[in-house]
Amino acid sequence: MEKIIEGKTISVNEEGYLTNFTQWDKNIGEAISKEVNITLTPRHWQVISYLQDEFKKESPLSIRKIGKSGVVDIKEFYALFPNAPLKTATKIAGIPKPASCI
Amino acid sequence: MKKIVILGAGTAGTMMANHLHHELDKKEWDITIIDEREKHYYQPGYLFLPFDMYEPEEIVKEIKDFIPKGVQLLSGKIEKINAAGNLVQMENGDQLPYELLIVATGAKIAPEETEGMKGKEWQQSVFDFYTFEGALALRDKLRQWEGGRLVVHITEMPIKCPVAPLEFAFLADSFFKHKDMRSKVDITYVTPLSGAFTKPKATAALDHLLHEKNITIESDFAIAEVDNENKKIIDYGGREIPFDLLVTVPTNKGDELMERSGLGDDLNYIPTNKATLQSQAYPNIFVLGDASNIPASKAGSVAHFEAEILTENIKHFIKGEPLKEEFDGHANCFIETGNGKALLIDFNYTHEPVEGEFPFAGIGPLRLLKESRMNHMGKLAFKWIYWNVLLRGTHIPFVSATMQESGKHFSAT
Repeated sequence: MEKIIEGKTISVNEEGYLTNFTQWDKNIGEAISKEVNITLTPRHWQVISYLQDEFKKESPLSIRKIGKSGVVDIKEFYALFPNAPLKTATKIAGIPKPASCI
Repeated sequence: MKKIVILGAGTAGTMMANHLHHELDKKEWDITIIDEREKHYYQPGYLFLPFDMYEPEEIVKEIKDFIPKGVQLLSGKIEKINAAGNLVQMENGDQLPYELLIVATGAKIAPEETEGMKGKEWQQSVFDFYTFEGALALRDKLRQWEGGRLVVHITEMPIKCPVAPLEFAFLADSFFKHKDMRSKVDITYVTPLSGAFTKPKATAALDHLLHEKNITIESDFAIAEVDNENKKIIDYGGREIPFDLLVTVPTNKGDELMERSGLGDDLNYIPTNKATLQSQAYPNIFVLGDASNIPASKAGSVAHFEAEILTENIKHFIKGEPLKEEFDGHANCFIETGNGKALLIDFNYTHEPVEGEFPFAGIGPLRLLKESRMNHMGKLAFKWIYWNVLLRGTHIPFVSATMQESGKHFSAT
């Protein structure tokens, strides 16, 4: 389905995750963060760009992996993106929700 | 003689030994399979042991009974894979050279990864059912448990048989009803996922079943510790869930052999091409079953489909032909829902589980993503199929290695 964010038409899935990362830019990240009530600080952006780099490398993401990344520890990750940090952070980053391989 | 060495004689390794024994020229290839254990466990049976639905003897047999004559079975502990030298080093100092190595060492629980999990309550009020010993200890506990808060919990993904904890919760509901004590038991299902399952349609169906069975779901729970004193689990966000009986699926990891050999990722899974099953680091190492990092379910059905495709790829590799990128992540899993019923799901990397009929479109006899008695009979029949057909590398009629789209009701989205 499609959604208009910041005047741009973006393809998203039923849960609101971008389905085409090339459509993402910082304004879109900002707009999604407002929807989930998060005010982005430079620290948030560091984590977001780490997630995007991993996505580009096709490296699967998990809470464990982020805890060991050296970018942020798990406690801080929760403080930055409360409740379900990986789900929220990937949505803002414009990348798919981690599949957790079932 | 050229040598193929298979590491691990579980579901995946045993199937490969049988396939390759049939397919390769015995004058040219010498096949050895190594395992440190002597027993083969039917792991799907671990789900039924705690509820006294299976006897322990039904799910344990001798490894050697399933390895074909002509394949050498070596019992012993592997010290290291020297991938650059094409050698397997045994703990007793023996060295086995190979032209081709197949790794099928599986995955196992690592409760020590979570703070407090293996504390003083381990096997007192904190149990796993992913090991034979754990499932038996839990059976003994459940026989005399008088009720309270039962928490069924997944530590982190990926885990073997991702639907098993759900099945455990459903069977527990049914078990306590039959014991006439369901009103004394609160069942809570705690998952790091955002619902009962990762794929939307199956999540909807399974969330509905949880609700119907009066099982509370707590989602997005990333455990930080098990508090043994106060009997509760606590997540990184500070959320606390109290328990009287915790049935947890600890972190799953690949074999430590991968760490010793420098072949694994941070969970000791081997980076593997998800379509060809060739390891990413060494072209003459192939990986199947739970040992790989491919984004498919860690399930016996996946190992079964992989084994059929990997056998073809090994033949291509030996002839110097390009490998077929054929594995599609196909998984086929029964989900026990209690009261003599089960669901069936059939899916792959790109197609989520949906409703339909299996294996024949419009006919079944099995129903996809819907509870039925026939599905439950299928699950029970599977034990016989496992020991007598699947492990021996015999193709299961009408069930193809790649997923079939016919018979599935995909909506046009």
